[in-house]
Parts: sequence; structure tokens; C-alpha cells
Amino acid sequence: MAARRVSSLLSRSFSASSPFLSRSQGRNLNNGSRIVRRFGTSSAAEEVISPSVQVSYTKLLIDGNFVDAASGKTFPTLDPRTGEVIAHVAEGDAEDINRAVKAARKAFDEGPWPKMTAYERSRVMLRFADLVEKHSEELAALESWDNGKTYEQALTAEIPMVARLFRYYAGWADKIHGLTVPADGNYHVQTLHEPIGVAGQIIPWNFPLLMFAWKVGPALACGNTIVLKTAEQTPLTAFYVGKLFLEAGLPPGVLNIVSGFGATAGASLASHMDVDKLAFTGSTDTGKVILGLAANSNLKPVTLELGGKSPFIVFEDADIDKAVELAHFALFFNQGQCCCAGSRTYVHEKVYDEFVEKAKARALKRVVGDPFKKGIEQGPQVDSKQFEKVMKYIRSGVESNATLECGGGQVGDRGYFIQPTVFSNVKDDMLIAQDEIFGPVQSILKFSDVDEVIKRANDTRYGLAAGVFTKSLDTANRVSRALKAGTVWVNCFDVFDAAIPFGGYKMSGNGREKGIYSLNNYLQVKAVVTPLNNPAWI
Amino acid sequence: MASRRVSSLLSRSLMSSSSPFSLRGKDPLMNRGARRYSNLAASLEDTITPPVKVEQTQLLINGKFVDSASGKTFPTLDPRTGEVIAQVAEGDVEDVNRAVVAARKAFDEGPWPRMTAYERSKILFRFADLIEKHNDEIAALETWDNGKPYEQSAKIEVPMLARVFRYYAGWADKIHGMTVPGDGSHHVQTLHEPIGVAGQIIPWNFPLLMLSWKLGPALACGNTVVLKTAEQTPLSALLVGRLLHEAGLPEGVVNIVSGFGPTAGAAIASHMDIDKVAFTGSTDVGKIILELASKSNLKAVTLELGGKSPFIVCEDADVDQAVEMAHFALFFNQGQCCCAGSRTFVHERVYDEFVEKAKARAINRAVGDPFKSGIEQGPQVDSEQFEKILKYIRHGVDSGATLQAGGDRHGSKGYYIQPTVFSDVKDDMLIAKDEIFGPVQTILKFKNLDEVIARANNSRYGLAAGVFTQNLDTANRLMRALRVGSVWINCFDVFDATIPFGGYKMSGIGREKGIYSLNNYLQVKAVVTSIKNPAWL
Repeated sequence: MAARRVSSLLSRSFSASSPFLSRSQGRNLNNGSRIVRRFGTSSAAEEVISPSVQVSYTKLLIDGNFVDAASGKTFPTLDPRTGEVIAHVAEGDAEDINRAVKAARKAFDEGPWPKMTAYERSRVMLRFADLVEKHSEELAALESWDNGKTYEQALTAEIPMVARLFRYYAGWADKIHGLTVPADGNYHVQTLHEPIGVAGQIIPWNFPLLMFAWKVGPALACGNTIVLKTAEQTPLTAFYVGKLFLEAGLPPGVLNIVSGFGATAGASLASHMDVDKLAFTGSTDTGKVILGLAANSNLKPVTLELGGKSPFIVFEDADIDKAVELAHFALFFNQGQCCCAGSRTYVHEKVYDEFVEKAKARALKRVVGDPFKKGIEQGPQVDSKQFEKVMKYIRSGVESNATLECGGGQVGDRGYFIQPTVFSNVKDDMLIAQDEIFGPVQSILKFSDVDEVIKRANDTRYGLAAGVFTKSLDTANRVSRALKAGTVWVNCFDVFDAAIPFGGYKMSGNGREKGIYSLNNYLQVKAVVTPLNNPAWI
Repeated sequence: MASRRVSSLLSRSLMSSSSPFSLRGKDPLMNRGARRYSNLAASLEDTITPPVKVEQTQLLINGKFVDSASGKTFPTLDPRTGEVIAQVAEGDVEDVNRAVVAARKAFDEGPWPRMTAYERSKILFRFADLIEKHNDEIAALETWDNGKPYEQSAKIEVPMLARVFRYYAGWADKIHGMTVPGDGSHHVQTLHEPIGVAGQIIPWNFPLLMLSWKLGPALACGNTVVLKTAEQTPLSALLVGRLLHEAGLPEGVVNIVSGFGPTAGAAIASHMDIDKVAFTGSTDVGKIILELASKSNLKAVTLELGGKSPFIVCEDADVDQAVEMAHFALFFNQGQCCCAGSRTFVHERVYDEFVEKAKARAINRAVGDPFKSGIEQGPQVDSEQFEKILKYIRHGVDSGATLQAGGDRHGSKGYYIQPTVFSDVKDDMLIAKDEIFGPVQTILKFKNLDEVIARANNSRYGLAAGVFTQNLDTANRLMRALRVGSVWINCFDVFDATIPFGGYKMSGIGREKGIYSLNNYLQVKAVVTSIKNPAWL
């Protein structure tokens, strides 16, 4: 019941005209939010709110125990509001990956995980979902602290979604059917859908627990064991839920969590000879490295969720106010740190001027500040590297003669806050219209007709998602098919229900996560054939 | 009807315990002449002239047969003699580019993905009819270029080709997306769309069957194709390429480039305008293909690679049937099968009897000109394979395995090798670990199920396995424990169109045939719209 309630809350917030967080902003217009509202104010310089959570788990989770790295090394994880150290975390390396793979190998090859009934596995996952709800405030605080995303977003949207996803996959565990297959002769043919074995999973820092859920959920439901590497920017919440998984009854070795860096821990996972499958979410450049490591080691199958430069297309018949609000949400949500961010806003020439004016006004109103403060819509970028990269792209936009409608600078003088930035008069060949910026920078482009915008929208190496705003059924149907993107949101954006598959065309990735499609990533198909003597039917 | 008949012929031949597949039972007198491999006369006889003319030797690009851009050609050789059959246009990067431009246009501007699925299916059905009409001609070309027995080509492989295309023609109008339950007021659907331009690289051991496994699902799903054939066997694909266009395939939908791996193959795998690549071949080359995809545009890759498949004979098995099937599992197609049962594990209680009978069966194997009736085994495909196999045979002898039969070349011309059997093979010998891809059976002894499961799985490969037992518990246990993509129980090499085929571990990624192969050629697109005032959620 609780899950149903929170996920419908989430859906409502997405489908309402002021999606997700703008509602809370509206509610708090008359109190605290006004102080931090305009990014020109000194909001970020105010006193930093202390998160109401303690960091209890900072060691690697291997074979059911929290342990130091073999090297004894640690690395600091930083608070993006200030750049100060939250905690020192064990730094996993090749040796730790080896230990984790060994534990996962044992839990798979000798059991108990794949030898338990699917029903037993599902119950462990359901208990885990209950524990996530029970600890949702601590988890949300930890997620917000480590990542910089707003606490309200973590608490009311993301953590409930984690529980929802695990319940979804728990439900799949005992519904994985093979097929019986018609033969051309006297044979009985069946297919078994078997777990692959040890899955290596590498998750990013932008939605640490949601990405954990997308990866761990189907892998466990299908009976695999796991070595998961977290992003070095956000190692904390995965350890916490790792502990909850043990409490829920997950046997030791089934889920191993290694914090560390891509070039060391990540690379050794991708090239490990005893890892049977690899799933990675991150940048396209790193995805290419991961696939190359798989090719050069044991040919483990690889699923990739990579970058995007998703078009958000506003047709002349669209509800402009709604399109402005959702285009704003599509880009600025999560500080612009979404692989599917609607980062090329194509607007029909007949409504272009009105749209730009309103988009600018909306960005100017965006509430930036300490993510633990109520009513805040935008926190800091995750780290200094991302901060610098986003600022570099803003300079590139200015230099290439796009019109800077608003923003363009840092908010405050500490941490990694960036002003909500809007460029208009953006041309397709500008860097800001081609590269994934991964920050709060909206690029607005003008178009004249459907043929043209389809062509321009598809003229990218990416193909992750697209938004389409129109009232015309013919336009919606035509554009939905023509866009080379894994997800098309029509008159909505960022709808991420558990049942909806997500993934990329072209260089945005291989494979799909969520929904029934994600199960394929964690199953091997085995055909079994026996002869039939005197069959009643063939 | 015809197709039904031939495929049930195929099934029957596999079912019968005494003479699977091979047709040696039918003509014992013919057999006898060619039978003993020690009788050098067989391959020294006059080479039979194949009843077919080579007509297509150019590249098939945009519906036309054209020379390669460079004007270069390469010879394709008759494995019976090493002599030149024909000079074939040698495709290179420039030709792959031309082919991709044609395929891109046929996809992006239509007509192929814009035709109805029913229209696409009718073209594939007409193509299958044309295959049947030209059955003997196609079979002769396949045998001439590859060296496999003509009877195998004419009665099994070419009919199977028609059967596979009819199977996929039937899928074309049955590719459904889904409607999906949302968590809120959204209408959600998934579209299963063609990926775009598929690059396909096929091997020389079953040139046309591999073409059908690849082209069938790609075309049924609405993709266009650039297909590279193996340099050893370019001829039959060009002939059926002509038939595809006779059947009404629009130009540019299927483009066929003959050529070599490091040039034409690498150009396909690393092409920025190819959306998907499917490769069948060795594991080492598969790794290169995947790496080229990773360094270029991350095109999705399916791989069907090598194997070292266990064939497990339990103590309760029907030994005579197991001997015959184990023989077939290894020696079929001159041992040139990725799923060859190349580690024959026999329970210690039946081991001596099995080895004796396996040896006798191998010595009886009829080797000779593949165009001769009753011949079971022709030459290996080329001198490189021939030399590689002889090297492995020397390895087997040097490592102390017992050579029960064969061990040398057969005759003095072409690439014939004696059916060879090693017993007393140990797991750590090279002949028990590497894919030999030739007529060399290695027999290993085992004591109990736990042990044979561990040993069978102790391989980087995981393509297939044979299990021989009368016991249901043993069969059920082994079928789950073996880490392979196909388990044949009391049978082997059953290759119906509906049965998925592919590898665990380093034997590959993905599945071909059956419903599973469609995934390889489809992109999934989720489409979400908001619903106002929904009647239900």
C-alpha cells in the first residue's frame, strides 16, 4: 500500500503541469524559499545544514562482511555543498575485486542463491524493500549529502522508487519461464532461462540508489550473484542498503559492493575472467573502454547505458506553458545531471519567442541552494570536475554566439552551485548543441517544420530519449516512430515507472534496463533437445 | 510440403540410431570403394566435374553485380585439388562503404522498412521457393567451394535453407510490441523497431546455412544488410543473392561483399554507419570484432564462436547408439562444426567397449570425392585448416594420447585427412582444450557425474553438449549443470529453425534461430503519453 501511494505520488508529480519539485516550491513561496530563490543571492553562502544521518558504513562489503581494502587505502568522499570531506571510504582495487568475485563465484557455483527457490529469493527482495521504506529518511539524507541532490527529491521520489523497483523485480523472480518449442521432427525441445552467473555492475553518481536498483533488481531476481562498483563520488548509500540486504536475509557473497575508481576497480571488474556479465551506466567514452576490456578478456556480454543529447520538441500546437515547464524540468532536474536530460530544446518558429521568454523567466525563478533546505529545487553539481566542465561549456556557448538569456555563472562562492542557464539562438553545430553538458544549461533551437526537426533531432551520435509536445495525434504518431531514441515521452518527460524499458539507440548504449526487457540481460538461454519415441503429437 | 518432407527426412536421419545424417547405409557398394581411408585410390581417382557453372563472381551492391572498386580479384579454390574454381571480386573498405551507402538508403529512405510486414514476408516466401527450384545447382556450388559431400548439401543443407527462410518469413508479421502497465496516469507502449543497417560476417563451414541464420531474422525485422562471406567460400551466397532479387527484393536491401577479414570484415565491424554486426567464426576473431565495435560506434554485436563441446556417455547409455552419435557429432562436415562433440567423455565401465567400437566406426568412414555418392567425408576446406589439424594430431601423439585410428592425410592431393581417433586423452592435453575443427575424435574416461560435470565445464567454451543416458534423473541433472547453449540428450546436431543456438562463456554472445534471434535485429522504443481521465490504469 505504502509503495503504491508513494509511486503514485511520484507519477502525479510527473504528470502534473508543474512536475516533481516545482510543486513544493509553489507551496513555500511565502517562507524560506524566497530567501534562496534567485540564484543571484548569496544562498549558497548561508550556513550549511547538518544532515540528520550518521555515516556508519565506509568499508567494502565482501562475502557478507564489511572489510578494509586489501591495500588499506581509503579515499575521501566530499560534500558538494562545500567540497569538505564527509568520510573516508575504503578504496577497492584489483585485489578487492578478486576477493569479491571469489565470494560471488562461490555463492553462485556452490549456492545457496541460484539453488534457492525463486519464491525464497523473491521474499528476500520483498523484505529488503520493506527495510528501504523503514530507513527512507536516513537513506535520503545520505544520498543528498553525498550527491548534492535535494533531500525532498531523494525522500519523496527516489527512495520510494527504489522500494518500488525491488518489489517489481521480486515479483519477476518466480515468473521467469522458458519455452517449449515446436520441432521439425520427433524431438521434444525446451528452452531453459538460466542465470548467467557472476554479474559485474558499475553504477554512476547521478542517481546512486536508483541505478543500484535497476542493476541489482533484475540480477538477483534471475538468480545471479553480483560484484557492484559504486562511483567514487557517491559510495555511501550503496553500503547502507548493502547492510539492509543482509538484514533482509540475503546470503553472504550474493551481493558484494566495492567502492573505488574506474581506472582501477572498474577496469579490473570489466576485464575479470570470472565475471560472466557486465552492466555499466556512465559516459559513452567510458562505455567504449568497458566494452573493449570485455572484448579483450572473456567476451562477457555487456549492457551499456551511456550518454545522451536528447531532443525536446515543442510543436506549434503544443500547450506552451506546460511545454515550458516540462522542458525546464527535462533539463534542470537533478542539477541537469541526467543521461536523458532534454538538452536540445527544439521550438517551432511560430511559438519560439514566447517560449524563450517564458523559459528564461522559469529559469530565473529556479530555487538554488542547500539541498537540505525545504523548497530548494537545485543543489550543487556533484564535484569540482563536473562544475568546471559545465562552466567550460557555458563559456563555449557564449563564444559561439548563442544568446545567453540568463545564468552563466556560479552561485555563491563555495561548493559547486551553478546558475540555471538558458541559451537561445543555438545552432546545431555549436558544441553546446552537440556534447553532453550534464549540467543546468538549457539550449533552445528554432525549427520550421516536422521533416526538418526529425532530421536535426536524429543527427547525433546519441539516441537515448526524446520529448515531443503536440496536441496532434498524427504528429505524435509520426514523430514517435521517426525519432531514433530508446524512449519517447509525448507531452510528458522523465516518466520512469518500473515497467517501462529504458536504454539507448546508437552510441547511447546497448540493451534495455527496467521492465521485462531487463531480464534478458541476466539470463542465458539453453536449448535442451531429446528424441521422442512414439509421440502422441509433434 | 516439400520443405516439410526434407526436414523430416533430416530429423529421421538424426533419429535413426545406426546412420545419422550421412547416407552411407543407402549405397553400400558405392561406399565400399571409397571406404577405407588407407585405400589411397579414392582421392586419387579422377575428380568429378561438378554439374554447375559459376555465374556470379562480382560483388552484389545495390541490386547489381559489380567489380570491386580496386578491380582486384582473388581465387577461390577447390579443396579436392587446390585448383582454382574461379576468380572472385575482392571487396575492400571502399566496397564496404559503397554497400553501406546502398543499405543505408534502402533503410533510411525505404522501401524496405516502409513496406508492410506481409509484403516483406511474401518476398521471403518466394525466395524460399526459388531455393527449392535451384536446389541441385546451389548444392553443387556449395560442395565444390567447401568440400562437403554433395548429398549433405542437396538433401539437408539447401532444404534447410528454404525451411529457415520460411520460418522467418512467418515471423515478419508477428513482431509485436507491448502495452505496459504504468504506475500512474500514463499510457505506455513499446515499439519493436528494426535497428537499421546490419553488418553480417559469415564463416565457410556452412556458408548458406549461416547466411540464412543471419539474413532471415534481419530481413523479417525490416533491416537492410551488408553481408561479407568467407574468402574460402564466396560462391553460393552470390547465387542466392541473385535469387533474392528475382524474388522481388528491392535493390540495396541485401548487399554481398566477398573478401578478407582484415580488410572487408574489419571495415564492417568498425563502420560508423552500420548499426549492428553479427559474426560467426573463431573466438579470437570474435574478440577483434567486438573491440572494433567498441572503438567505433558501439554497434550491438552478436557472436557465434568456437567450442569444445563435451559428449558425455553415461554407463547406462545404449553404447552402439552413443558410438554412432559421438562419431557423427565429431566427424560431421569433416569435423568443421563449431559445436562438434570434440571431447568424448565415456564412463569407465563402458570405456573399453566404446573405444573399440568408435575406432571401428572411424575406420569404416567413407572418405573421398564429395561429389561421389555414398561418400561421408570430403576434404578440409583449405591448406591452412589442413595443416592446423595435422599439427594437432602430432600434438596428440607427442602428448602421449593413444592414436587408435587415422593420424595422417588421406591420399596425396587436396586436403583430405584420415578419420582420426585418440583414446586415453587427458584434460590438460592441447587436443582436449583447443578447437581442432577437423576429423579428430578425442576420447576421455570418467568415473562419476560430479567429476564429469566439473571437467565438462572446465573450458573457456560453452557452446553445446551431448548427453547419453537412459536415466531421467541423470538427464535432468546434467541438462541444468552443463554451462552450454545447447544440450542434446540422446541425440546431437538437431538444428530445427525454432531451436535457439548460441554460446555461454567465450563461445559467444546472443542466440540465433528461433524467437530469440529476433531480439538481435530489433531496437526497443518505449513511448509514453499522459492520459487524461483514464477509464483504467
